Amino acid sequence: MKEIDKKIILKTEGLSKHYGGVKALDNADFTLQNGEHIAIVGDNGAGKSTFIRQITGVEIPTSGKIYFDGNLVNFKTPSDAKNAGIEAVYQNLALADDLDVPSNIFLGQEETYFNLGPFSFLNAKKMYDKSIEVLSKTGIKIPDINIAMSNMSGGQRQCVAISRSAGFASKLIIMDEPTAALGVQETEQVENIIKNLKDRGIPLIMISHNLRQVFDLVDKIWVFRQGKIVGSVDASTTNSNEVVSLITGIQQKVGEEASFI
Amino acid sequence: MNNFKANYKKLPPEFNIFLVLLGLALLFEILGWIFIGQSFVANKRRLIIMILQVSVIGIIAVGVTQVIIMAGIDLSGGSLVALSAIVAASLAQNSSYTKAVYPHLTDLPYIIPVLAGVACGLFAGFLSGNIIARTGIPPFIATLGMLVSARGASTWYNNGMPVSFLNDDFIALGQGVWPVVIFLSVAALFHILMRYTKYGKHTYAIGSNEEAARVAGINITRHKIIVYSIAGGLAGLAGVVTAARAMSAQAGMGMMYELDAIAAAVIGGTSLFGGRGRIAGTLFGVLILGVITSGFVFLRIDAYYQEMVKGAIIVGAVVVDQIRYKKKNTKDKDI
Repeated sequence: MKEIDKKIILKTEGLSKHYGGVKALDNADFTLQNGEHIAIVGDNGAGKSTFIRQITGVEIPTSGKIYFDGNLVNFKTPSDAKNAGIEAVYQNLALADDLDVPSNIFLGQEETYFNLGPFSFLNAKKMYDKSIEVLSKTGIKIPDINIAMSNMSGGQRQCVAISRSAGFASKLIIMDEPTAALGVQETEQVENIIKNLKDRGIPLIMISHNLRQVFDLVDKIWVFRQGKIVGSVDASTTNSNEVVSLITGIQQKVGEEASFI
Repeated sequence: MNNFKANYKKLPPEFNIFLVLLGLALLFEILGWIFIGQSFVANKRRLIIMILQVSVIGIIAVGVTQVIIMAGIDLSGGSLVALSAIVAASLAQNSSYTKAVYPHLTDLPYIIPVLAGVACGLFAGFLSGNIIARTGIPPFIATLGMLVSARGASTWYNNGMPVSFLNDDFIALGQGVWPVVIFLSVAALFHILMRYTKYGKHTYAIGSNEEAARVAGINITRHKIIVYSIAGGLAGLAGVVTAARAMSAQAGMGMMYELDAIAAAVIGGTSLFGGRGRIAGTLFGVLILGVITSGFVFLRIDAYYQEMVKGAIIVGAVVVDQIRYKKKNTKDKDI
């Protein structure tokens, strides 16, 4: 095991994922400081989600090393990554629509009265109270948290998904397009939750297509193109032109505004 | 009006099914007075026979309900009834019969054939569960295979001959109200398991969104194997009760029971899309099947009509489920 700087919460070396002959992720070297918020940007198929899937244990990398919290890790399943302290909010939200809010927030890590393995009795009261507590931090209003998720709006669903990650004592939170399906007001609520995480010093990796949001929220921007990391820039010293030219690989003329922002 | 709506929402979801049950009973009551000149409901013996008849189906239905809630299906129930019945019966024969299957294993305490029957179903369910969870083939195919194989195995077991001359202790399990007691205990136990334990929560979660359950850290493979094993074990228990009730066992037992069990679950409000359903609903579903069967017998209508009506009710229940499901999804898009 190689000792690495304690200030670095996550580091990958030569991380690659091949699907057959397709190099979805190729030799990615990535570092994330403790407390730092970063964004991963890139075109469709640039390898952003693939990268996330490797570090959350959803997929097993073809090659490369991942260091998390000072240790070389080898996640085989999502629960390995979860147990290590990595919480992810997925693009498809990953909520069980037929279950209520507390069940979703505590899914896979239910509070029980006493441990009888799978037949442990659930402590519904404790989960209800804790859910109210973590949801109140997000500022979202859900009138009745004991109804099924399928009855809720996109913003409410997203906040439940994020609360699930933020509510547990996690060392790293990963969000895959957290506001892609949301309205203006709901987007703002989610952005507030993210700012709140920053204040609490919890590091964040966010995939986003929304450059305005990226510049507003994060310290550093990592750009992926065709499965490779093509650059990382400080959000405070760069501009959208530079980021867009990294994304597309085409140098833009000075003064020309990126059209798709 | 709003008040009515609010009150209606507070009622348990089984209320609608309960109304259907009452409506059917009322229909047979009226038809009874018109055509036969006697009451359908006010006949204690008929009601007892009715519940006795559906108890075996009910035990299988409890197992199938949890499988369907997990967005799976189990078609092997009926065949497992036959296999477990014949295995249990072969270990429950009395020594006065000289041609016992195992001449040295007669007059055993009744718990041994009971456990053997349940274990037989449990093992078959474990096998199906492993195939489904590890190879990813559709549960429909895996349990269809088990349906055929288990039927074959139950014929092979005693060369197609029936097994009879069973111990009185063993037979007692199928007599009187015992089948009903066993069914209701199983239903109560699983109602609690599904509602108040991790096991139930994870079953609903997998049925609702398997991917979400997986990324939440639930061991899907293990959970599926457990659920299918339990469904098999309950089918095995149903087989034991069948053998005890019939005082013998033969390879043709339990034919089509799996379909009645699935029907009971679906009529009881369990969604074939997974994620929704309750054991209490299945209880009413089972009773509805019982009322239909005994109502047709009561009105002296041929069994073919009975099957036809039952088929229509099953399809109707699924259509209602589909409409509910679609309504829910379009509502999501509105928001």
